[in-house]
Amino acid sequence: MTPPAASLRPDLAAIAAHVAPGSRVLDIGCGDGALMAVLESVSGCDARGMELDGALVERCVSRGLSVVQGDANLDLANYPDKAFDYAILSQTLQTATRPDLMLDELLRVGRRAFVSFPNFAHWRTRAALLVGGRMPVTRALPVSWYETENIHHVTVEDFRDLARLKGAKVERAWFFSNEKQIGAPAANWRAEFAVFELSR
Amino acid sequence: MNAAPPVSPVYRLPHPLPLDSGQVLEGCEIAYETYGTLAADKSNAVLVCHALTGDQYLASPHPITGKPGWWERMVGPGKPIDTDRHFVICANVIGSCMGSSGPASLAPDGVPYAMRFPVITIRDMVRGLVALLDGLGIARLHAVVGGSMGGMQALSLAANWPDRAARVLVIASTARHSAQNIAFHEVGRQAIMADPAWAEGNYYDALSKPDNGLAVARMAAHITYLSEAGLTEKFGRRLQDREAKGFNFDAEFQVESYLRYQGSGFTRRFDANSYLYITRAMDYFDIAEEHGGKLADAFAGTQARFCIVSFDTDWLYPTAESRHVVHALNAAGAKVSFVELSAPHGHDSFLLEHDQLDRVVKGFVE
Repeated sequence: MTPPAASLRPDLAAIAAHVAPGSRVLDIGCGDGALMAVLESVSGCDARGMELDGALVERCVSRGLSVVQGDANLDLANYPDKAFDYAILSQTLQTATRPDLMLDELLRVGRRAFVSFPNFAHWRTRAALLVGGRMPVTRALPVSWYETENIHHVTVEDFRDLARLKGAKVERAWFFSNEKQIGAPAANWRAEFAVFELSR
Repeated sequence: MNAAPPVSPVYRLPHPLPLDSGQVLEGCEIAYETYGTLAADKSNAVLVCHALTGDQYLASPHPITGKPGWWERMVGPGKPIDTDRHFVICANVIGSCMGSSGPASLAPDGVPYAMRFPVITIRDMVRGLVALLDGLGIARLHAVVGGSMGGMQALSLAANWPDRAARVLVIASTARHSAQNIAFHEVGRQAIMADPAWAEGNYYDALSKPDNGLAVARMAAHITYLSEAGLTEKFGRRLQDREAKGFNFDAEFQVESYLRYQGSGFTRRFDANSYLYITRAMDYFDIAEEHGGKLADAFAGTQARFCIVSFDTDWLYPTAESRHVVHALNAAGAKVSFVELSAPHGHDSFLLEHDQLDRVVKGFVE
């Protein structure tokens, strides 16, 4: 039942391809454990997860993954410094109470961090706001403003600024549109999703 | 209550059992049941630890009550703890009364120990279980599993004998007894000791046992195993076998009748002195205290995988206690899973039908 890396969401596949084999990894907001399963079975990693949704945690545990039901806003504090080679935060930063503090925690518990997020400056989002005059509901951000969990929308350039402010070095970055990787030029216009690898 | 019928195999420890109190238990015996077949390399053993009033009849009928094993829905062929794959062991803890050494057992002088039985701890119980594993030639368990007091034993095994189990599953449990936990136990103990038939524990040859005190202890404890919502759903304010209030002190409400039934049924299968000793052991339980005050230190360097499960309506060992354990295991770098399951029935949920629990147990123990 080894899941193929190819079945992963593109941002997770990019992360899976760049985690060094045999690493210790914490996947924060691990969902059903798809990335963890690949990291363990394909890359021989020691992967741990954190997930808020109990039903998803149960699915992870029943497939043999080590996942803790917890709130990343609070529970990251219980991990020692540099306990992991990589801390991964996929599509969760924009839901954090304080994304800046969460980024600090990520770079504290992990030697490196992968962060993926939907880019609010993608041209569809801009167009929806500019032309429609409404909070964007797009392919990448499909939920209405009043029920979205995304309480801190962020753009590629905002994230670069935050990383700089936090003294984090951008090691690598990947950008995606329409489920496919795209180049870095004009990413803040063209990317629906971004993945950053950071160190400090 | 006399010694239980000798149904289970009994392992007699070849050496005196050292206890946390500094005393030793001579001629210690441990009654146990097994299910499934031990692999040639002895790698498939799963130890299930029982709760306060549980026993070794995990998946086979109880010899006194005739009821099915207490976790038959979880343990058996094709069940989440699959006896087609695993050799499952369940032993009566020392201090109890179903064949293992306890206050009802005969001391070397041929008279029941009664209150001369040494005060024991959870770690002493586990020391006894480890001796049994030695006797069975099992160096390393595939998994140790326990709910409530059984979970305390699983944690104690992991903390004190870290090489003896590869997987540690702890359900609806805690790493320490809280003031509230101790308080409820003290109510139970005082109920037993206030019963004239208790006679300072020397009732084994008497005509009457402290059944009334033991029943009250069980009634008080039973309330802590259930949720308020569960009690309301099951009984509400409904009256028992009557149309109107009778203005007397019979069991007028259904909930009263239920508790009295639970209390009296319990006295037929449990020894009052054992209840004193085991509740005392639970009250002494604090793994951090055993390891210099820091819970994470108790699990430093552990190679075992852990799974901690709590229930949202369990107010006896609430989720916060499980989280406390999880945080310590994280700090120790242990491989740990944790999930809070939703169930209406409070602490007792771990014994009841729960599909999610089944999947978690199966996935973790497999």
